[in-house]
Amino acid sequence: MTACRAGLLRPGDWLILALGLALVVALSAHQAGSQEGRVIVRLDGKPHTEASLRLNRVIEVAGPLGISRVEIRDGRVRIAADPSPLQLCVRQGWIPPGAAAVCLPNRVAVENAAAGYDTLSY
Amino acid sequence: MTPSVIELRASGEDRRVAALAAAAIGLTLAEAAIPLPIPGVKPGLANIVTLVVLYRYGWRMAAWVAGLRIVAGALALGQFLTPAFLLSLAGGVASLLVLIAAIRLPARWFGPVALSLLAAFTHIGSQLMVVDVWLMPGASLIALLPLFLGAAWITGLGNGLAAAHLLQSLPPGTSGKTP
Repeated sequence: MTACRAGLLRPGDWLILALGLALVVALSAHQAGSQEGRVIVRLDGKPHTEASLRLNRVIEVAGPLGISRVEIRDGRVRIAADPSPLQLCVRQGWIPPGAAAVCLPNRVAVENAAAGYDTLSY
Repeated sequence: MTPSVIELRASGEDRRVAALAAAAIGLTLAEAAIPLPIPGVKPGLANIVTLVVLYRYGWRMAAWVAGLRIVAGALALGQFLTPAFLLSLAGGVASLLVLIAAIRLPARWFGPVALSLLAAFTHIGSQLMVVDVWLMPGASLIALLPLFLGAAWITGLGNGLAAAHLLQSLPPGTSGKTP
């Protein structure tokens, strides 16, 4: 019976098990580093600044009309001030995960790139 | 009109495929009843049958058993031709191909556990790829990869040990006697 038990796992099995575990651990370690949400600020459609949601900061973007101020605070992001006449993007408030706010007149777009889902069904 | 009789002769091999596929379908249905916290993570107990069949009767029979299990299991669960079925099919085909390649590895070094683990990783990997490319493009499933691969590691090890144990405890002569 003991010989039976020993035969269940062969050397190559241990190797594959170790490699698989290493892959899982490496991937989770990699994920842990990059899991935080990102904020992507675009000017004229081109990436202007990319920032972390975790770090409170104010990003100033100089568009054609003036300066748009993007505020990141407590893991949330919004457009705090903008020279656009209708103030649509400012009134949008905090941008939910996966969504974006666009100040069209000033050519500024802010995307909250954290994973967001409209629906999940299975 | 001459009465005609259509007789379908089932060979011994057909019966064996049917019995083994029935065992695999039974396991599929049984594990569908187990509540699991995360969609997509399940033990995949039917793969034990596939592994045992692959070792005992070769890849053709393993392909038959796996194919029948996927189609009949989906029919029984009401998932036939749904995305869940297509995912199951993609995972089944991909892992079967890997198993067929891996069974050629030297048996002295690599046993059912290695094959089971490779199949489990391929299964979930190909499914995530199908979801990422086709079902939910852009839904960045990369973040879920460690979770799914971790689960696949555990289930692959468990199923592999079960298959290894079955292969040792069932003498090669017995047919159709699976879990």
